[in-house]
Amino acid sequence: MKPAPFIRHVPKTLDEALKILAQVAPEDGRVLAGGQSLVPIMAFRLAKPAHLVDINEVENLDKIGNDGKILRIGARVRHGAFHTSVVDNPLGALLTFVARHIAHYPIRMRGTFCGSLAHADPASEWCLTAATLDATMVAKSTRGERAIKAVDYFEGIMSTALAEDELLAEVHLPLLAAEAKFGFNEFSRRAGDFAMSASLVTYTIKNGKIAGAHVGVGGAEPSPRRIAEAEAALNGQAPGDEAFRAAAEAAASVIEPLEDHQTTGEYRRDLVRAVVRRALENSQQ
Amino acid sequence: MTAHTKGTGLKWVGRAMRRVEDPALVQGQGKFTADLPAAHWVRFVRSPNAAGRIIGINKPDGALVITAADLTGVKKITPMLHKFAYRAVAQPILAENVVRYVGEAVAAVVAASEEEAEDIADLVELDIEQTAPVIDSRDALADGAPQIHAIAPGNVILEGKHKTPGFDEVWASAAKIITLDARSNRQNATPMEARAGHAVFDAVSGRVTLTCTTQMPHLMRTAIADVLGMRESDLRVIAPDVGGGFGQKMSLCAEYVVLVWLARKLKSSVAWTEDRRENLIASFHSRDQYIKLEAAFDKDAKLLALHADVISNVGAYSCFPTTSGVEPLMAMAEMPGPYDVQQYQCRARGVLTNTCTMAAYRGVSRPIITFTLERLMDKAANAFGIDAIDIRRRNLIDTFPYTSAMGLVYDEATYQQTLEMAVKAIDVPAFRARQTAARAQGRYLGLGIATFSERTGYGSPAFAARGMEITPGWETVILTVDPSGFVEARIGSSPHGQGLRTTLAQIIADEIGVTPDIIKIIHGDTDTSPYGWGTFASRSLVISGGATLIAAQKVRAKLIKIASHLLEASPDDIVLADGAATVAGTDRSITIGKMAREAYTQTHKFKGEIEPGMTESGTYDPPGTFSNACHVAIVEVDIETGQTKIEKFLVAEDAGKIINPMIADGQVIGGIAQGIGNALLEEIIYDEHGVPTTATLADYMPPTAREMPPIELHHIETMSTQSITKAKGLGEGGCIGAPAAIVNAINDALSPFGAALDEIPATPQRVRAALRTALSSPLWEGEKSNP
Ligand SMILES: Cc1cc2nc3c(=O)[nH]c(=O)nc-3n(C[C@H](O)[C@H](O)[C@H](O)COP(=O)(O)OP(=O)(O)OC[C@H]3O[C@@H](n4cnc5c(N)ncnc54)[C@H](O)[C@@H]3O)c2cc1C
Repeated sequence: MKPAPFIRHVPKTLDEALKILAQVAPEDGRVLAGGQSLVPIMAFRLAKPAHLVDINEVENLDKIGNDGKILRIGARVRHGAFHTSVVDNPLGALLTFVARHIAHYPIRMRGTFCGSLAHADPASEWCLTAATLDATMVAKSTRGERAIKAVDYFEGIMSTALAEDELLAEVHLPLLAAEAKFGFNEFSRRAGDFAMSASLVTYTIKNGKIAGAHVGVGGAEPSPRRIAEAEAALNGQAPGDEAFRAAAEAAASVIEPLEDHQTTGEYRRDLVRAVVRRALENSQQ
Repeated sequence: MTAHTKGTGLKWVGRAMRRVEDPALVQGQGKFTADLPAAHWVRFVRSPNAAGRIIGINKPDGALVITAADLTGVKKITPMLHKFAYRAVAQPILAENVVRYVGEAVAAVVAASEEEAEDIADLVELDIEQTAPVIDSRDALADGAPQIHAIAPGNVILEGKHKTPGFDEVWASAAKIITLDARSNRQNATPMEARAGHAVFDAVSGRVTLTCTTQMPHLMRTAIADVLGMRESDLRVIAPDVGGGFGQKMSLCAEYVVLVWLARKLKSSVAWTEDRRENLIASFHSRDQYIKLEAAFDKDAKLLALHADVISNVGAYSCFPTTSGVEPLMAMAEMPGPYDVQQYQCRARGVLTNTCTMAAYRGVSRPIITFTLERLMDKAANAFGIDAIDIRRRNLIDTFPYTSAMGLVYDEATYQQTLEMAVKAIDVPAFRARQTAARAQGRYLGLGIATFSERTGYGSPAFAARGMEITPGWETVILTVDPSGFVEARIGSSPHGQGLRTTLAQIIADEIGVTPDIIKIIHGDTDTSPYGWGTFASRSLVISGGATLIAAQKVRAKLIKIASHLLEASPDDIVLADGAATVAGTDRSITIGKMAREAYTQTHKFKGEIEPGMTESGTYDPPGTFSNACHVAIVEVDIETGQTKIEKFLVAEDAGKIINPMIADGQVIGGIAQGIGNALLEEIIYDEHGVPTTATLADYMPPTAREMPPIELHHIETMSTQSITKAKGLGEGGCIGAPAAIVNAINDALSPFGAALDEIPATPQRVRAALRTALSSPLWEGEKSNP
């Protein structure tokens, strides 16, 4: 369980990092952020990158910005940064709530938000967050900069729209309405394991009825996504057991479940039904 | 939280003394095999295929790559049983012509570092012509199944059979027959430290020293010398600090043979440190069994007869020294458990498959047979309309000694008392009230009970009954008081986390009247400790502890004799305490240090009446003694996801005299942790091609600290007459009872749905599947109708 040989580059500026990445990307060069996903897969030799572009010393990537509409999360921001609220908005509380479910404490002190988005594990809590909240991913390369919407970003299991020479420099999350409600629930077999299904929901209440519902499901399909059918089951309904069950049932029935040697599609639907309803129930507390 | 056994007066035995092992370990000063530097490192190239013929092995130019063809003259590992139609399946040190499971070592790459060895191993190309594998034991028994070894037609490596006279008549007289089909899925013992070995050649002596993470250094030496055809005296085996073993490290690994062979060939040092993936796919597996158990009861729910059919998947080879009889034969011998039942019929087969070889894992078959029998008792209680406690009261053994239907003699124990103690402590009526209230809110709680016997500390006759070519059993301890008065015990047992350095010192301290801090226990080195069988099967405290006591009694006698000479008093008046011998009722005394010095340096004083020096040895080979316990689990099952949360776990247990209550509790709690893994989480899964899909600790899931429930422990101490320290073993009980208690609790929780589960681990997937089977409508509706 020793990685194959590689060369590690340690740029200090973003320009330098992008230049090196442009050079080494064709030879399977990769960005090294927190290393909490990349290093294990290198140890298993499932990945044998010849070059690592270590971004841990690149200046200015460790910033969290907020212009009153958008929260900007830089490429060196660790999961642990969200252990306390980073913004005076329901989004801050949401991120704190969700962060607690990612792995274990030591991993959260190294792993990065953007690294999770780049790695795109189907069960990643941050990927679910980005998908549910319609995040924008800002990719930079020597060729320039582009913004990728969440719906266009996730392409499957550990697969994204990022090109191999692109650095995910920032993720932008829209702030929530001041009165917005959110709920999150995930299912894993042991505390700290990757979720077998997870759901994040946000909505507001207008005249006693749910409005602008976002229902995201992760861990159940190759990529996390918003479930329009579940959202439709909520919008215009009074929040409560009946609407929540209807939304959960809708989500469970429309997903195309991942299956493996232990987990049937049927069981995955059971989990989706449970996590969506529980996320909605949480949102009431 | 924990009710410790109270100390027993001013003696060291019985005290929760802190472990002398721990200061070094918790400060990172432990010394493990992988800490040793080496000139050469080995990486094994392992078969990616479950079955196939080796057509070719392409080695990169210039690399040192060893294959079976290089190992001329090296014998195969051929464990032997002389009973039960055992087939002497032989295992080549590196795969020869064929591969039989994914992970089987085919070649050994040698390089200057681990990294380089792994780089080269990546370049070795195995050309294997795949053949059809067989993975499941029942498939392997089917007509036309691929044959794993020509010597074992039908893939049956052994078959044990037993039937008591009069069985058929009693069976025919039964009021009710209850049947259970139990399934225990495959596990890995998963010690924190995986396997590691380091072999170094000494040019001066021509000897090789193998340091490895083993539970039995002496037997490793015997076995490796046999396989390599070398003199045993040319090999020294050292077990340094060992990070857990649980049985996985008591069997001979082919990898260690390769290391010793290479050290001799290269005249240098060679090391190998297994990675977790190798450990999970290619060390040893266990617990892969199907058991069909039927029980005949009279009209009062009294058990009359048991009928068992055990199918144990033993993997591709037989493990040394126990052989693959270890699981099926233990299942056959101990199936009747703690119940009074004199009629018994059993067939137990070991079945070869294209999977990793089975070996002992803490508890061996007992977690499975206890699970099976205790599920059956609950099922029977249901059928008779009585409760789970009641049916056990009617059937637990309560007269001693008790001779089982298999002829095992159970010594005095407390099956009934521990049951009563446990159910009282858990407060069953209060739980039932809480359970009812919770159900009304759609929450499903369950309570499960497991009672069991734990055969421990058994000597050579018990192993001889299996017909083992290698029959372990006895232990020797050599105890020396040196001329400065310090005490050294050299033991053949080989602790690896159990705290034996502490508990044996407690035994010696009481016997010869010194404090434990001046006693050193030396173990784990074939050059410095007497031949012994290491540590397994809850034996060390009973057997090595017994040998320690015998040796200490001899030293005590000698000290008294010397004191009586030097103090000119009758031996009967000498009191040994506080590091000195005193003439009772006087102030005449002499320190043990002074007596020891005289024993070496002033021997002329004893006029030939006392032998010089202060070394005595003790050997002990006991018949075995039965510990017992009752485990109770309270769980909550999330019926939507199938997830089980253990709310509380309670143990009432009797392991005879408790030498150190803290260490005893640690053994029970650690066992329960593994039992929880067995009950809920841990499972080695092969796909249909025989490829393990659980090759990392993300997929193979031992419980973490966060899955551990609060545990309440109670002890009863029934002084064993079958063990001279009066102690019984308790190394395995935690993991023996826990799966049964937990799964019984899950079934109790699921009872409103009429769902039942007889398979471990009871994963959330399986719980949901059981619910789905039981409910015709989707659970949703079932839940609403609030059964
Ligand atoms: C035991 C364990 C449990 C875990 N449990 C969870 C869990 O429950 N939930 C969860 O979400 N995660 C979990 N993780 C993964 C962890 O959160 C990782 O930190 C995260 O997935 C990746 O972030 P990283 O910064 O460590 O990325 P790295 O490991 O450094 O990189 C991961 C991949 O992303 C690429 N990459 C990283 N940053 C960028 C960038 N800015 N631009 C372009 N490419 C980039 C890398 O090249 C690599 O391919 C767990 C990890 C472990 C070891």
